Amino acid sequence: MKGRSPWYLAYRRLRRNRAAWAFGGLLVAIVLFVLAAPLWSHGPADTGPNATHTTEKVGVDGETREVVNREGKPIGPLWLGAGGKFFLGADGRLGRDEMVRLMYGGRTSLLVGVVAALITVLLATVLGLLSGYYRGWIDAVIARALDVVWAIPVTLLGAALGLALAVGGLRIGPLALSGDSLWIPILIIGIVYTPYVTRPIRGEVLALREQEFVEAAVSQGAGPLRVMLGELLPNLLSTIIVFFAISIANSMLLESLLSFLGVGVQPPNTSWGTMIAEGFELITSSPQLTVIPGVMLLLTVLSVNVFADCLRDALDPHAKLRLEAHAGRTEPEGTAV
Amino acid sequence: MGRFIVRRLAGMVAVLFAVSVLVFTIFNVIPNNDPARQLAGRSAKPQLIASITEEWGFDESLPKQYLTMMGNIFTGKVISYETRENVDERIVEGIPETFSLCIGAAVLWMFFGVLFGYLSAVRAGGLLDRVLTVVAVTGISIPVFWLAAILLNYLTYKLELFPSGDYVPFTENPIDWAYHLVLPWVTLAVVYVGFYSRVLRSNMLDAIDEDYVRAARAKGLSERRVMTRHVLRNSLVPIVTLFGLDFGALLGGAIVVEGIFSLNGIGQYAYESLINLDLPPIMAITLFGAFFIVLFNTLVDIAYAYLDPRVKLGESAQ
Repeated sequence: MKGRSPWYLAYRRLRRNRAAWAFGGLLVAIVLFVLAAPLWSHGPADTGPNATHTTEKVGVDGETREVVNREGKPIGPLWLGAGGKFFLGADGRLGRDEMVRLMYGGRTSLLVGVVAALITVLLATVLGLLSGYYRGWIDAVIARALDVVWAIPVTLLGAALGLALAVGGLRIGPLALSGDSLWIPILIIGIVYTPYVTRPIRGEVLALREQEFVEAAVSQGAGPLRVMLGELLPNLLSTIIVFFAISIANSMLLESLLSFLGVGVQPPNTSWGTMIAEGFELITSSPQLTVIPGVMLLLTVLSVNVFADCLRDALDPHAKLRLEAHAGRTEPEGTAV
Repeated sequence: MGRFIVRRLAGMVAVLFAVSVLVFTIFNVIPNNDPARQLAGRSAKPQLIASITEEWGFDESLPKQYLTMMGNIFTGKVISYETRENVDERIVEGIPETFSLCIGAAVLWMFFGVLFGYLSAVRAGGLLDRVLTVVAVTGISIPVFWLAAILLNYLTYKLELFPSGDYVPFTENPIDWAYHLVLPWVTLAVVYVGFYSRVLRSNMLDAIDEDYVRAARAKGLSERRVMTRHVLRNSLVPIVTLFGLDFGALLGGAIVVEGIFSLNGIGQYAYESLINLDLPPIMAITLFGAFFIVLFNTLVDIAYAYLDPRVKLGESAQ
């Protein structure tokens, strides 16, 4: 019998999972959709995400209609009635093209989600390795620092930081970010979720470092760095991958929430969260402006979550440690048995 | 036990202190935010701003300002920079609405979370399990504020099935109280129903393989009794701890839900204060919220030791 690496076996299990195919496919479709933004913007729509068309008219099947009527109500979806212009209608008083904004907004939402999740996972891995490997006072200091972040409701902390930085920007030494930089929500979300991922990783490191292969490496003269990166990290990878996927979903949700509250993504950038916030003001007259970006966000987060679930099943079929996703929270690791 | 509680209480105070310092720092590094200007109002004369700065001690050192504010928060004398209302009084006023919202949502999510999780596990692999899984994962993935907006628009504005705004105190009319809160409860509970049913399902499926379950079956108990008395009961322990943690942190969710459904509770107050960069209420509310999180974390540890005798409290710190 031919030997197979665990990664290959995981891949094979994933390939056999129909839910993984369906939702992985949906995710790929969504990514392609947002990547196609410039094609649509320069092609059929012929306008940018921030270009306003307040006083313009558009020809639909031979008749001319105002993009924004006298009561300030934006035009509804025209589909292909105007050759692709205002496919989903206009977005409000400013008369911007909703479809173009949806595509560019999706880019922002996905970008913020992925980069913030990377930051979360990176920080959590470093902190988890350090506190799980060294234990003692390093562990105690890290644990207390995380307790403080943990003690503030995620929304409240995110909003407070978002507001503070959106007003003043961020200046640390040579690093200067203006208030409307995308890095601000990215950093905030990445940091806010770190404690929720650090704890389970630390727990796993604690368990791993007692095993024989670590002892073997140490007896061969491996130093702390070599043990952490060469021995522990590869064994953590499947956990890290799953947490990365879950963190993308959670980061996207938090980004949309902060943007909805006005303290996340700032103009001129658009995200699905800011679109929902703007749409909500017109919800009774033009509900599609709230519904459409929300459905896109829901589908994206849903497909990421399902795919993360499938990934976990594939990587760890006999999982005893359950890593359920929800606002970054994992099951409490039970106070030491 | 006694020593454990004393140590945890000391830890709680330390964390709350750190939280307050953190929030104070965040809001004092914001440039262009002069509280004296805020108190003086728009287009105030420089002399007025100067006198307010002196009167309120904004020219003092930051540690001193911090101590003054913390002292005021705990003695009920803290005043909002924006509205000049007493912050503590406003928080106390908001308590009934926020607690009604949170407790109701918690009852809903525990009931449906456990019900769905149980049914899913008992029928694992079947049609019901699949449907409930889809419902649960969708619940986890739905943006709460968006769901609130959609429910409000279609059920309240369009179909007029539910009333909008206006909190009715429980003591005045319990039925009207519940009727006004149904949508906020559902909105806030949806995420947790999804999450809890998933956790319970996987816990139960893990427990089914345990020896005590085989023993229960071997002695001839009915399948229903095995599932409820043995599998479900043991799988509920992590749910209880999870519940403690989530309930403690519910103020975060309340911010959005109260905002959209125009409930005038603490969450709404938090939101208004954030938008106005109004430090005193933000400090007070954050401490209020952090207090509950830290409190419930401690309660969870105690409950865990009580429910699972293998856990020794003395060793729980690390």
